[in-house]
Amino acid sequence: MLYKLALKNIKKSVKDYSIYFFTLVIGVIIFYVFNALDSQTAMLNVSDSAREIMVLMNTFLSGVSVFVAIVLGALIIYASNFMIKRRKKEFGVYLTLGMSKRRMSTILLTETFLIGVISMVIGLFLGVVMSQFMSVAVAHMFEADMSKFTFVFSPKAAIKTIIFFGVMYIVVMIFNTVAVGRCKLIDLLYGGKKNEKLKVHNPILCLIVFIASCAVLGRAYYLVTTGFNVDQMFTPKELVKVIIMGSVSTFFIFWSVSGSILTIATKMKGFYLKKLNSFTLRQFSSKANTMVLSMTVICLMLFLTIVLLGSAISLTYSMNATIKENIPKDLQVIRQVPEGETIPESTLTETLTADGLDMSSLKDIEDMNVYSSEGLTMGESMGEYIESALNYYTFVTEDATEDIMSVSDYNKLAKVFRNEPIELKEDEYAIFADLTIVTEARDNALAAGRKITYRGRELSPAFDKCINSPFQLNINKCNSGVIVVPDSLVDGATVTLKMFFADYVAENKEDRETEEKYINDFMESKYQTGDITEWRIFYTTKEVMKAGSVGLGAMATFVSLYVGVIFLIASAAILSLKELSESADNIERFAVLRRIGTDEKMIDRALFKQIGLFFFFPMLFAVIHSIFGLRAASKILEIFISDGMGLAIFVTALIIVVIYGGYFFVTYFTSRRIIKG
Amino acid sequence: MEGILKIDSIEKYYGSKSSLTKALDGISFEVDEGEYVAIMGASGSGKTTLLNCISTIDKVTSGHIYVAGKDITKLKGNALNKFRREELGFVFQDFNLLDTMTAYENIALALSIQGMGAAKIDGRIREISSALGIEEVLKKYPYQMSGGQKQRVAAARAIITEPKLVLADEPTGALDSKSSKMLLESFKYLNEAIPATILMVTHDAFTASYAKRVIFIKDGKIFNEIIRGPKSRKEFFNEIIDVISLLGGDAGDAL
Repeated sequence: MLYKLALKNIKKSVKDYSIYFFTLVIGVIIFYVFNALDSQTAMLNVSDSAREIMVLMNTFLSGVSVFVAIVLGALIIYASNFMIKRRKKEFGVYLTLGMSKRRMSTILLTETFLIGVISMVIGLFLGVVMSQFMSVAVAHMFEADMSKFTFVFSPKAAIKTIIFFGVMYIVVMIFNTVAVGRCKLIDLLYGGKKNEKLKVHNPILCLIVFIASCAVLGRAYYLVTTGFNVDQMFTPKELVKVIIMGSVSTFFIFWSVSGSILTIATKMKGFYLKKLNSFTLRQFSSKANTMVLSMTVICLMLFLTIVLLGSAISLTYSMNATIKENIPKDLQVIRQVPEGETIPESTLTETLTADGLDMSSLKDIEDMNVYSSEGLTMGESMGEYIESALNYYTFVTEDATEDIMSVSDYNKLAKVFRNEPIELKEDEYAIFADLTIVTEARDNALAAGRKITYRGRELSPAFDKCINSPFQLNINKCNSGVIVVPDSLVDGATVTLKMFFADYVAENKEDRETEEKYINDFMESKYQTGDITEWRIFYTTKEVMKAGSVGLGAMATFVSLYVGVIFLIASAAILSLKELSESADNIERFAVLRRIGTDEKMIDRALFKQIGLFFFFPMLFAVIHSIFGLRAASKILEIFISDGMGLAIFVTALIIVVIYGGYFFVTYFTSRRIIKG
Repeated sequence: MEGILKIDSIEKYYGSKSSLTKALDGISFEVDEGEYVAIMGASGSGKTTLLNCISTIDKVTSGHIYVAGKDITKLKGNALNKFRREELGFVFQDFNLLDTMTAYENIALALSIQGMGAAKIDGRIREISSALGIEEVLKKYPYQMSGGQKQRVAAARAIITEPKLVLADEPTGALDSKSSKMLLESFKYLNEAIPATILMVTHDAFTASYAKRVIFIKDGKIFNEIIRGPKSRKEFFNEIIDVISLLGGDAGDAL
């Protein structure tokens, strides 16, 4: 009998609460998919370096899962609270009919259990299907061989999902039982009729709070953009300070805006008394007023989603772009000695040959030297223009010494990076760099004709800006500048660094892999044994860098997708459930509108506006925050992110429109169906 | 005087063929402009169904209803809504005010959904609220008002659009006697001063005694009809009570 009642209740409310159910299912799917990534990737045939990155990624993802679990848990408890509130009257009727609270709890328990089991089964099934697509995506990213498709089911992830959601549902059951035990019959029966006191705050107070909050928020924006300093920003204290400033001011902006929006609107009589505007604004403001805290949380979640997705996507995009641009050679070897030691005169080609490297497997070899600046500092070469580049990176200071290259060596490097060769007169110099902020400062100095003195000779700039070029093979743009001088000037100068670039002769994939392995084994056994401080010769290959960068990009993308999507559905679901939980009251209100003869079209439009405003309000502030948040993120990640912000914003917007917009439309249509009775 | 409302042998059946309930069974009457008519009957007599049919909330099974010469049983969709918001005014037993809005806004809504401008709306509201004595509650929310005040606000909302016909469904049903009296005085004023045509459904003899004509309904048919004429309200009340006892029920309600 009780079971029947519970089942009937679910059936009855399944239409109204499809949103809740879908959110649960999506939660299960995402939780399973990301936890199953472990087993999915294990099946892939990838290189060792890619494998290492994958293991790291999976460890990281399972850490993030704990956080995601907390968010989902909070959402489920919040949602089930809504459901109880909405069904007060039903429980009231049960109690008047003489049902004991215990039996009522049993009904609720059965309902939660049924919903839990059904959503879990559907979610897991869809999760397993979805995770197959995930394998394909991962394989594509890591360039793994996907010719043989294998269906993967991860029992570990399934069990993890079942345990987590199981625990969650048990917590909900306990919460529900307590809630039912506490309620009084009178409140249950007349709970709906209880008039919510409308909070209209003092407009002057609102204005003061609003201005103060905006000022604090502005200050926070300033701190993360113009007043930004990488070294400081990374101290947790600074970061926490900015986050608290942002969150608290967001809260008070919501508080003041939702408290005064009516006062302002009622002053604009022409607008306020037009059609159903007064009704819509009343509906919105009463909701916004009771949800200031939730709105703040939602706004911050949306903000984080945008920033996470945006920076992760542009990070991945720029990395792929920089690999092509910045790593044109298969092998790079560098000889570097600590201060005090001198570098042997032999070129790296000679050294490597002498040590037994088979040079016949390499082609297009280039050797070059980097010389000591002999006291020439960044402060001297940039003059007052260094100001704008200071405080961003620890290696950019007035006292930092410059690196010097001869023009013929630079032209070899230009060949490596596929740049045009240059010519210098005897009294000229040039600079090549690719780290944006320093490049800008140097450009200013060069344009101003800044003269430098090297080894007693005064040199003037040959070009009015830097040559855009990396210094070494690197996935990041991190060349803060190297000065190129005429060949005659480096005669007898101290060599600080020797560089060697080469391509593999091998062309097809298998031969290249053999070559790669040979180089790795040779280098590691010859030069990279023992303590790293003992090493004098360092090497890197295109393959190693590629794996690292793809891994980093993939990790960033997956983590941000995981967290972002969860945040999105959590915020949208809260808004949606709040709206729907009030549909009972709304039925009456819209019925009154209909009785006094309002057109259906006008009613639909009012409902659309009302729900739209409710969804738009937190999103508006999230977007404003994100403009500054993304700027800060791209500054923090400046050496990684060079490009692709436009694409990133587009993709992020697309994801948000689909998920958030989807929730909005489902809410609207469900709500419309409810008020149509 | 021209008939503002003409009801032509309407019937309303509920249920299926096997168990048919005739809520309205061939009712016909007319209401002239400026009239104040009360419809009385016991619970289940069909008086609320009649009102619902006139107000187009419900549809008749057969027969015609003409408002100002227009057959409203033929109206559909938005034309119905338009008719309702332009030709009719409603007063309900449970007020039907929007709880989230002030009295002022509740009244204004009736005009703003017709697309009237804010300045005009304001003037009208001032006018009607002083006539009904609700100026001091205009800024209040329904939960801050007494039942009587709420019902007068509802009356203001009904009358402000200058409808051809005001329909009142048990307007005093949820009011104490003092509030009832005040509301009925307001109705009387509206009927005499504007003059508004009022059709009121009630089962309370005291309420009905304020009308100029009372139509009694029993089992979906017109049972009797009495006109106040030059009689005093007290005399008219006694006459109504007599008919009620003849009707055989609801005498208790009358007191």
